[in-house]
Amino acid sequence: MSTDAVVMAVLVAAALAVTLGVALGWAASRIEPDADSLVERIDALLPQTQCGQCRYPGCRPYAAAIAAGAAEIDRCPPGGAATVRALAALLDRPPRPLDPAFGGPKPARVAWIDEERCIGCARCLPACPVDAIVGAPRQMHTVIAAQCTGCELCLPPCPVDCIELRPVPAVSLRYRQPRAA
Amino acid sequence: MAARSRFPAGLALDTHKQQACGTPIVELALPAQVVLALDQGTGYGAEPVVAVGAAVAMGTLVARTDHPFASALHAPLAGTVVAIETRAAAVAGGRSVCIVIAGDGSDRVDDGVTPVPDADALSPDELAQRLRAAGIAGLGGAGFPTATKLASARDRRAQTLLLNGAECEPWICCDDALMRSAADDVVLGALILRRAAGAVRCVIAIEDDKPAAIAAVTGAIGRRRDDALTLEVIPAVYPQGAERQLVTTVTGVEVPSGGLPADAGVICQNVATAAAVARWATSGEPLLSRVVTVTGSGVERPCNVRAPIGTPLAALIAASGGYRGTPLRLIAGGSMTGRALPSDEVGLTKAMNCVFVATRDDIGARLGAVELPCIRCGDCASVCPAGLLPQQLHRAALADAHDALRDLGVRDCIDCGLCDYVCPSQIPLADRFRDAKRRLDEAAATAQKAADARQRHELHMRRLQEAATAEHRAFEDVRRRVRQPGDDPTDGAD
Amino acid sequence: MRFDTSPAPHVIAGYTVPRVMFQVLLALAPAGIAHVALFGPGLLLQLSVACVTALLAEAAALRWRGRDAAPALRDGSVLVTAFLLAFSIPPLLPWWLGALGTALAVLLGKHVFGGLGQNPFNPAMVGYAILLVAFPAEMTRWPVPMDVDGTRTWSELARMSFAGFCGADLAARWDGYTGATALDSIRNGLGLRYTLPELLARGDIAGTFGARGFAWINLAALAGGLYLVSRRIVRWHIPVAVLGGLLVPSFIAHGLDPGIALGPTLQAFSGATMLTAFFIATDPVSAATSDRGRLWYGAGIGLIAWIIRTWGGYPDGCAFAVLLMNLAVPFIDRYTVPRIYGRQP
Ligand code: SF4
Ligand code: SF4
Ligand code: SF4
Ligand code: SF4
Ligand code: SF4
Repeated sequence: MSTDAVVMAVLVAAALAVTLGVALGWAASRIEPDADSLVERIDALLPQTQCGQCRYPGCRPYAAAIAAGAAEIDRCPPGGAATVRALAALLDRPPRPLDPAFGGPKPARVAWIDEERCIGCARCLPACPVDAIVGAPRQMHTVIAAQCTGCELCLPPCPVDCIELRPVPAVSLRYRQPRAA
Repeated sequence: MAARSRFPAGLALDTHKQQACGTPIVELALPAQVVLALDQGTGYGAEPVVAVGAAVAMGTLVARTDHPFASALHAPLAGTVVAIETRAAAVAGGRSVCIVIAGDGSDRVDDGVTPVPDADALSPDELAQRLRAAGIAGLGGAGFPTATKLASARDRRAQTLLLNGAECEPWICCDDALMRSAADDVVLGALILRRAAGAVRCVIAIEDDKPAAIAAVTGAIGRRRDDALTLEVIPAVYPQGAERQLVTTVTGVEVPSGGLPADAGVICQNVATAAAVARWATSGEPLLSRVVTVTGSGVERPCNVRAPIGTPLAALIAASGGYRGTPLRLIAGGSMTGRALPSDEVGLTKAMNCVFVATRDDIGARLGAVELPCIRCGDCASVCPAGLLPQQLHRAALADAHDALRDLGVRDCIDCGLCDYVCPSQIPLADRFRDAKRRLDEAAATAQKAADARQRHELHMRRLQEAATAEHRAFEDVRRRVRQPGDDPTDGAD
Repeated sequence: MRFDTSPAPHVIAGYTVPRVMFQVLLALAPAGIAHVALFGPGLLLQLSVACVTALLAEAAALRWRGRDAAPALRDGSVLVTAFLLAFSIPPLLPWWLGALGTALAVLLGKHVFGGLGQNPFNPAMVGYAILLVAFPAEMTRWPVPMDVDGTRTWSELARMSFAGFCGADLAARWDGYTGATALDSIRNGLGLRYTLPELLARGDIAGTFGARGFAWINLAALAGGLYLVSRRIVRWHIPVAVLGGLLVPSFIAHGLDPGIALGPTLQAFSGATMLTAFFIATDPVSAATSDRGRLWYGAGIGLIAWIIRTWGGYPDGCAFAVLLMNLAVPFIDRYTVPRIYGRQP
């Protein structure tokens, strides 16, 4: 092989590298998501329990904090490992275990009000982040189980401690096995 | 006359039909007790309208429903309601609330059961209404209320009523027996259903391995002289009787993915359902009994039995001579898609076309199966009647990759079990796919719930904020009013 | 009475992987008999060393990967790899080359990718290709087959096979007994500007319908292959496509220039044609998935084999053709997804 050929080969390789580098850089700048849509996409992966265990006042503020780099991705106990994994994949970070400082995963539960004991003080109403409690002052209050996220935020305000969390009623997801007759 | 199978693949299986089909249908004596599951196999239950202790006669309504997927229940014998409680049942999940009726041995019939004077005079809507009230549901294995299907067919203006007499699944032969003994009923029911569905023609499809049934139905059709009522003999290939596959074989049209046969202009009904409709039309009797195949190496005398709905399976097995050898599985349905039941105390449901008592002789290969890694042999893909690639679906199912599962068509899987049957690595593919479908459903439900919660939370926050702003404004108002102007120079600004 | 509630289906066909593999080995028997009759018992020696090495390598690999070795050894797939490799290599190969090739096939061809079902390449062909590239002389020295006229006896062949197996220098004592394969001889002859009819007229290269020696092996492999197809262990798509891809171009080329282009019969019955079409290319793990994909895959193998045989540097291109098409499988699979029932194409 002559030196010419070697030089040519090196030049071609270099040119190729430069072109590809520029192209990739351009592509990366084109697909760089703007901050808002990143918040949206992070928010979409959070469980929307709105419990505040992440020490943000809801899922979206936490999403904004992650997007801004102000919080790690390991602070959402309701989402558990699955959410951390999904976040890690979205943000291209290594997955990490849930930070126990923020609480551990719990089985899915919903609130239930002991209507015998409820005094109708209505203090639980504004506490519920998803308005899953219905009732009016001096009336008995009730949780709409299908809308309750199990966030437990209604427990502290209740003066008579008549709210408790119960296992989610059997989901009516009936998968029917179709049959060949 | 014989059509080709026109769906992707399928496979001719060992049918094992001769076991039960040699003898005429046995009429079961009224059992001492019946166990009527409120859920008859569709996953949705009716509501009891009788209380424990109530006296009922044959045909008395005991559970009613407005749900389109549930069907009304009637007492199949005269006696007393002795219990309404959760018991083992032949339904998804294995348990359902059941109405238990103890017979008093009489054959008292409810006053409401009177012959339908003139079924031909009823409008399609009235017909459907009456069929719903009579609790008539698909007897082919799905148990889906007939009236609901009729309504969707009329909504979509389906032109063809396809009567499914394929009975493709191994071991089952109750439809075959019924067609041989009551072909005229089948045809009469077909004509009523055709009118109720607003269809213009009716095709009865029978697999070519049932020559006696074909002859009987041909004769019954001949006696009717109706040009829009024809018989189609179709090849005996599993799963020929699956609704979508049958529609394609008979009409050449494919049922769109995610759609109903009615979207292809067809409504399917089982031949046994048609016979039940005829029974209702002639005697006014609601759906009280059905013909069921009791078979397998685990019973002494495999046979077809006409038995009241709710008959405990133990009574059916006793009618077939009792257990033989070591029965290992009690299967509601056939060997390919049947559901294994935990006990023989469950009652016969409307959807149950077969009680298959399997011993090691029948299911030994499955029992001894050792799962190996997929060798990508492609045998599964070459038999899949839905044109899927089960080996790739399986990879996606193991990885729980929801997007891949959807793209590869896990929802188009009809659960026929053929891929499983041929897989040399003995992977329980069909069950993995059922699982994957369930997980997809769960994920969709969770996502839906999260989306709702997000929206409700946003509303909640907005309301709180508005409330706070309103409070603030009210406060400022008050302040302005109580203070004298000029008191505070900074105040003049607002 | 209580019953077990396992999910449907409750029956299976019972064609298990070990049974499939056993049938494949059975179908190889006729070719093996022809091989031993024509080229001496070298094949048996190669088979034994290949099988022992393959089982050991498989067990070792599974140990390393921390898996239970017993079921994998019993599934028989590693024996099929050993058999195919032993059929492909010359029967005179020193035992340690056979062992090396098998070990590489199992370790590099299979386990580095994750074992049964995961390997993108046909393991036997990986081993074969490495040997061919690294030891070209040993890998192209075959015994002169029994059906070439001469004064050799089968017992002499047997002694030579044994000597070769032990690694003795064959040139010293058995000079006239070894040579190139028919395809190799034809390629060399054409290179020396002989015409094809001249070469064939010599009689020591090809008989009435195919290469000396190999014709019978191919015929036996065809019989075994047809048995597999009839038992539906192998579906017809790949063999038919491989033969089509090889024979159609050779038919056309032979028609255009009978002086240098091998005709379809000679192509079909020389080298590893039938073995490739029915046994090697049909290895499901490394083949395309759908029936349509398998037609493309097989046709590609046939065509590449024809190209290599016609213009390439190796006398028989089957191994490389298989490996190249293995490489193309993800691409083929991507574009031959069958249409799902009820969906628009
Ligand atoms: S811990 Fe999770 S679910 Fe709870 S508010 Fe924070 S992000 Fe939402
Ligand atoms: S009802 Fe209680 S637990 Fe349920 S969402 Fe509202 S505040 Fe949370
Ligand atoms: S806070 Fe407790 S007592 Fe007050 S309304 Fe809610 S549930 Fe009833
Ligand atoms: S069970 Fe589903 S994937 Fe398997 S063959 Fe049947 S339709 Fe195809
Ligand atoms: S039949 Fe079984 S081993 Fe063969 S490709 Fe399908 S899943 Fe894999």
